[in-house]
Amino acid sequence: MSGQHPPAGGAHGAAAAASGAGPDGGADLVLSVRDLEVSFGTKRGTARVVRGLDYDLARGETLAIVGESGSGKSVSTLALTKLIPIPPGRVTGTAHLGEVDLIGLSEQELLPYRGRRIGFVFQDPMTSLNPVHTIGRQLTEGMRHHLRLSEADARDRAVDLLRQVGIPGAEHRLDDYPHQFSGGMRQRVVIAIGLSCGPDVLVADEATTALDVTTQAQLVDLVGQLQADLGMAVIWITHDLGVVAGIADRVLVMYAGEVVEQASVEELFARPRHPYTVGLLASLPVLGDFDRDELTAIPGLPPSATDLPPGCSFHPRCTFRDDPRCEHERPPLREVAPGHRVRSFYMVPEEEARHAAASERVAVEPPDVRDQGVVS
Amino acid sequence: MARFALRRSAQALVALLGVSIVVFALIHLVPGDPVRTALGTRFDQDLYEALVARAGLDQPIVVQYVDWLARAAMGDLGVSFRTGQPVTAALLERLPATMLLAAAALLVGLVIALPAGILSAVRQGKPIDYAASGFAQIGVSVPDFWFGLLLILIFARGLGWFPPSGYVSPLVDPVESLRRLVLPAVTAGVVTGAILTRFVRSSVLEAMGAEHVRLARAKGLPERYVLRHHVLRNAWIPIVTVTGLQLATLLGGIVVVEVVFAWPGLGRLALDSVQRRDYPVLQGAVLFMALAFLVVNVLVDLLYARLDPRIRAS
Amino acid sequence: MSDTTLQQPSTRSRSRGAETWSALLSNKLAAAGLVVLVLLVLAAVFADVIAPYGYTDSDLTRRLQPPSASYWFGTDELGRDVLSRVIHGARVSLQVGAVAVGISLVLGTTIGLVAGYRGGWIDAVLMRAMDILFSFPVVLLAIAIVAVLSPSLVNTMIAIGIVFTPIFARVVRGSVLSVREEVYVRAARSLGASDLRILGRHVLPNVAAPIIVQTSLSLAFAILTEAALSYLGIGVQPPRPAWGLMLLDAQGFIPTGAWWMSIFPGLAIFLTVMALNLVGDGLRDALDPRQRSVIQARGAEA
Repeated sequence: MSGQHPPAGGAHGAAAAASGAGPDGGADLVLSVRDLEVSFGTKRGTARVVRGLDYDLARGETLAIVGESGSGKSVSTLALTKLIPIPPGRVTGTAHLGEVDLIGLSEQELLPYRGRRIGFVFQDPMTSLNPVHTIGRQLTEGMRHHLRLSEADARDRAVDLLRQVGIPGAEHRLDDYPHQFSGGMRQRVVIAIGLSCGPDVLVADEATTALDVTTQAQLVDLVGQLQADLGMAVIWITHDLGVVAGIADRVLVMYAGEVVEQASVEELFARPRHPYTVGLLASLPVLGDFDRDELTAIPGLPPSATDLPPGCSFHPRCTFRDDPRCEHERPPLREVAPGHRVRSFYMVPEEEARHAAASERVAVEPPDVRDQGVVS
Repeated sequence: MARFALRRSAQALVALLGVSIVVFALIHLVPGDPVRTALGTRFDQDLYEALVARAGLDQPIVVQYVDWLARAAMGDLGVSFRTGQPVTAALLERLPATMLLAAAALLVGLVIALPAGILSAVRQGKPIDYAASGFAQIGVSVPDFWFGLLLILIFARGLGWFPPSGYVSPLVDPVESLRRLVLPAVTAGVVTGAILTRFVRSSVLEAMGAEHVRLARAKGLPERYVLRHHVLRNAWIPIVTVTGLQLATLLGGIVVVEVVFAWPGLGRLALDSVQRRDYPVLQGAVLFMALAFLVVNVLVDLLYARLDPRIRAS
Repeated sequence: MSDTTLQQPSTRSRSRGAETWSALLSNKLAAAGLVVLVLLVLAAVFADVIAPYGYTDSDLTRRLQPPSASYWFGTDELGRDVLSRVIHGARVSLQVGAVAVGISLVLGTTIGLVAGYRGGWIDAVLMRAMDILFSFPVVLLAIAIVAVLSPSLVNTMIAIGIVFTPIFARVVRGSVLSVREEVYVRAARSLGASDLRILGRHVLPNVAAPIIVQTSLSLAFAILTEAALSYLGIGVQPPRPAWGLMLLDAQGFIPTGAWWMSIFPGLAIFLTVMALNLVGDGLRDALDPRQRSVIQARGAEA
């Protein structure tokens, strides 16, 4: 399928070759984020958008970051390569891609990482492509810049990529403009752009949210297959736990800029412990019905990043709240089972969680979206 | 594209028809007998009757209009009440001066507005942005004729660098022509530049905020490349449009600057014909300038379509 | 503002008005513009009291005097006090501006409301007519209209009023189209409210913001246009002390070095127009929440 496609990661240079020796010493660790903080100076004070985020990402792994809009899930990945305006933005902490700490690099020094080592796919295929350039141009410009390909080589590779993402008649479509493609096809192009330089990590930021259910399933499946073929890691950012179930290995649930729960996908769906996660799961629609609205089942609104509540940031909306510390003390992220960490004073008992979820859901088992996918 | 051009031209023709009705009606709304008024004390019965017949004023109004329109379409806009000169010839005589001034003013405007607008958008909130925005605010508020008077006071009367007024054809004496062009071109150009600066700034800002620009950055392309190919390339589309509109406005609205600098252009001709009650000339000048305005507008739309593949395709 | 039981945004207009005010005043440039405007209006109203001389008082023994303690802005070729004439000129400028914009406001708003609300062929005819007026360069159209009506104060107002009508019609029509299908308007229609009532009670209050902004910006442009027409000799006629007319006079005396005759009336036009523009921009920022957040974001950056 991808004969001419160089393997992701590994193959380019010393930095990537050393990626096996990340801070945790895991053999296949590509990205290791520690204590990531992102804040914005605003008139109403400092907005703390991401607070103390830690995670590791192994080669070939899919990490889902789940949260409502404004939870900091997108900003946390954009900030890795300073794709947010700085100032007013401010990023601290570390993010090791291989041995290099991205946070310590200047914007200029980050250019070789953007697109080349970390590829991005954004939410809206209707606006992600520049209407005045052909898709061939937009697909090849990154490759020509990073991989120093000639125009002819870049075009050849672009055709391969378009084929890979399932665009029919790929060789005839390079000189078409975005408006000549449907939304789903455009998103395939955007995915092809994200893949074009063989990144170690692909960040898919709500990459299927704007699409219809069938296309969503196809693209989710497509990314899964490409990932298996190319061995890259994927960070899948979404507000939709339903999507997560089908694709992720591990899940980070973010609320008000911090991780509230972190577990493998099986563990999270089987034994959610944080009241917020339980609420999210309870609000999940019945299997197969991908509801594209923001999650609304939990009463109240997330706090403003300039005005975070004292104590647990979720306590004003929490229905379980029964610990006196909830209102005054920020709960620590505690490990409740191997690889399963929860930031709460109150751990929702298994029984209760199952009860809350069962009333709404048919199965706790993750739906397997891959079966629905049709990939050419 | 061809269909778009055709449709747009058809629309312009309809607009031109409307404009011709307005222009025709305006003159016929003048109370009293325009020929008698125009002749004033030089009244002579034979001349009067000749002019009335020549202007077709003895015909029913609709016949007059159709007749006038048909002649105008053939390039015959009648003769001046004052000089007996064909109006078309008078207009063509004045056209080069106006075109020269309008083009020079647009050039001055662009030379100011492109760097100022782009820099202030790219360095939003920085001192250069405030400086450019301040200039734009002053430029759109300053009366052009007063600004022209100031320039005359300083550079003609005070420093003596440039002549205070007058026009010399570049074909006759290029150097002197340029010397005389500087002050009026700067006068009209600064105001144009101020309007364009605001527009360039907001167009570039809007283009910079587009999602595809974020994706271009995420591709790891250098900032200069992103700015050139993903921001400015897109911002060009509205900028070209508004620049064209400014040119159209200059062609038709440069009257005041022409008067300040005694520049013998179309605007001055129109104004003089008002004061002399020379209605055929006024009618012709207004129609001609409105035509120029419409033509430039159509050209701008066609250029716009060329720049934007979404329209080009349809 | 509204006695209707239907939920609609304008019921909160009082608090929104207060909010707009505070947003406007917290914008330093707009506040400065507002101060200049208040001073101008005061000068116009109390011109007879403030001005040291009458605007036609001439003293031929004191012709073309440069600025001095007794003539702050100097005197003109007839020995008239330039300062007094500038102060009286404020009255003329503001009058022409206000009446002219009033004309285009009433005409344009009516046309825009009817066109946008009724749609169909009425809309098509009205807006094509506006397009035609729009396809004339502003000053040229004003010249043509004045030429027909003969130059005078009132005709200047009428000419400028006609010239600016299409802008209002377009702005209002666009806003009407955007609120026409709102739930509260549809609801009022389904309850059998008359068109006039719907327009007055539901549509107009909700298109008020763009109208207010356009009014303020048009005032600036109208005053500029009046000054230009007067300078061209086809606007306000002597002996009325219009700023543009004073500049027309002044130009003849540039060779004699009487710079004060050109400087002060022009400065008056410039400051007035600038103040109106600043207030107009401030109003736009204050009334458009989207713009406002941009300003706040910029404030945060600086």
